Amino acid sequence: MSNILQEYSKEVMDHFLHPRNIGKIKNADGVGEVGNRRCGDVMKIYIKVKTKKEKGKNIKYIDDVKVQTLGCGAAIASASMTTEMIKGKSLEEALKVTNDKIARALGGLPRQKIHCSVLAREGIIKAIEDYQRKNK
Amino acid sequence: MRRIYMDYAATSPVKPEVLAAMKPYFNQKFGNPSSIHSFGQETRKAINEARDKVAKFLNCQPNEVVFTSGGTESDNLAIRGIALSHQNEFGFKKPHIITSMFEHHAVLHTCEDLEKMGLAEVTYIKPDREGIIHVEDVKNAIKNNTVLVSIMYVNNEIGTVQPIAEIGKMIEKLKIENCKLKIVFHTDAVQAAEYFDCDVKKLGVDMMTISAHKFGGPKGVGVLYLSKDVIIKPLQTGGLQEYSLRPGTENVAGIVGMGKAIELISLRPKSQNSKLLKLRDYFIDLVMKKIPDVKLNGTRKLRSPSNINFSFKNAEGESILLNLDQMGIAASSGSACTSGSLEPSHVLKAIGASDEDAHGAVRFTLGEDTTKEEINYVVNNLAKIIKNLRKMSPYR
Repeated sequence: MSNILQEYSKEVMDHFLHPRNIGKIKNADGVGEVGNRRCGDVMKIYIKVKTKKEKGKNIKYIDDVKVQTLGCGAAIASASMTTEMIKGKSLEEALKVTNDKIARALGGLPRQKIHCSVLAREGIIKAIEDYQRKNK
Repeated sequence: MRRIYMDYAATSPVKPEVLAAMKPYFNQKFGNPSSIHSFGQETRKAINEARDKVAKFLNCQPNEVVFTSGGTESDNLAIRGIALSHQNEFGFKKPHIITSMFEHHAVLHTCEDLEKMGLAEVTYIKPDREGIIHVEDVKNAIKNNTVLVSIMYVNNEIGTVQPIAEIGKMIEKLKIENCKLKIVFHTDAVQAAEYFDCDVKKLGVDMMTISAHKFGGPKGVGVLYLSKDVIIKPLQTGGLQEYSLRPGTENVAGIVGMGKAIELISLRPKSQNSKLLKLRDYFIDLVMKKIPDVKLNGTRKLRSPSNINFSFKNAEGESILLNLDQMGIAASSGSACTSGSLEPSHVLKAIGASDEDAHGAVRFTLGEDTTKEEINYVVNNLAKIIKNLRKMSPYR
């Protein structure tokens, strides 16, 4: 067994022990489910999208976000951090949140856990794509 | 914060008597056992006494006991030792090894390495869903060029007990019927030494691996029992120590510790095993009572009295362990996330567990200091942790 506890930053442990925005949104505007139980990590991101006026333009932004996670410490932490990073952001800004940014916000992830941040980013994309599909 | 250790299969604390026995051999009795003078003689004597204790425990001759650096080295010495001693013997055919799919990596990776180097062909026997290897399956795998059968005594992840004596008898019978068969029978008894009979004659084994730090001895010392009828090629070359089979200046303090720890096992009252068994069953029953959607991995009947291994649906192993660690509770897992390799436990896969079950598996192993009250504390907290993790998951 690798010494994962020695490799998790305090940000990761914080988000793991006190994950933010856990749960689901009824009548969510977009839902993105990523990962699979065979691999061990699953994240389901729910977003609520609203429109606001900014500099004369209508900007669609993520008004609320919730996530459900089944997975290891890095997975739970990545999902939690991701919700904080996209809440209140425009869809365009949210799509710019790369897995690298998520990992860095968490103070770095052990090499074999980077895929958890990748999964979280895929979750954002899928949720937004789901919203766009429903709102053509 | 309160700390409760339930990972005895990983390692155990050195017993006070063992530490006391070892202490003089660091800077009081420090001679090189190969030296002719009195400093060497006194440490030579200590090693001989330790060797006698191990031989008594295993029911073998002292010159059939080889001290190594631990279980992994003993497994390597046994398997490579046999395979390499048969190099080029079968013409273009390679020597054949039979082992099981759920051996410890020290056995598995060694066999895989020999295959990769073209030095052996290996058959990996699949255990049944209860975690038991069938004697018939081993028998059916034997060929003319089979030189080694290596089956672990007690599995380290799920604690299931293999039919070593029956396999030993089967091999003996085959060898009598066919005098050309040269099979050597090895068992990795690392997880068995503390609670099961390791009499090598009763088991019918030619080689056996044990490791001191699993039963109150120090880390860094193990034994390979090697029957005098068996010839192996040593892993390392050097002087003449350990019958030239494992040269190198002896780890005197470690060997003394091994001898003492093994002696303490035989001094233990027989009732202790049944006491632990009751605690283990109490743990298992309590989990099944307090937590829904759990699965015990491996048969309950033929199982180490210390081992509990459950799969928890909709909760992941590393997360469970991290939460337990926050409460001061130490356990282990077969989840991919904790293996460093992203692969779920090969043991659980071998017994047919789904990937999901493998990801949600946690192992608790008890020791002689474990109390019922500790079990209550652990299971109560475990129930809360599982409930919480399930609430967070997309599945119910």
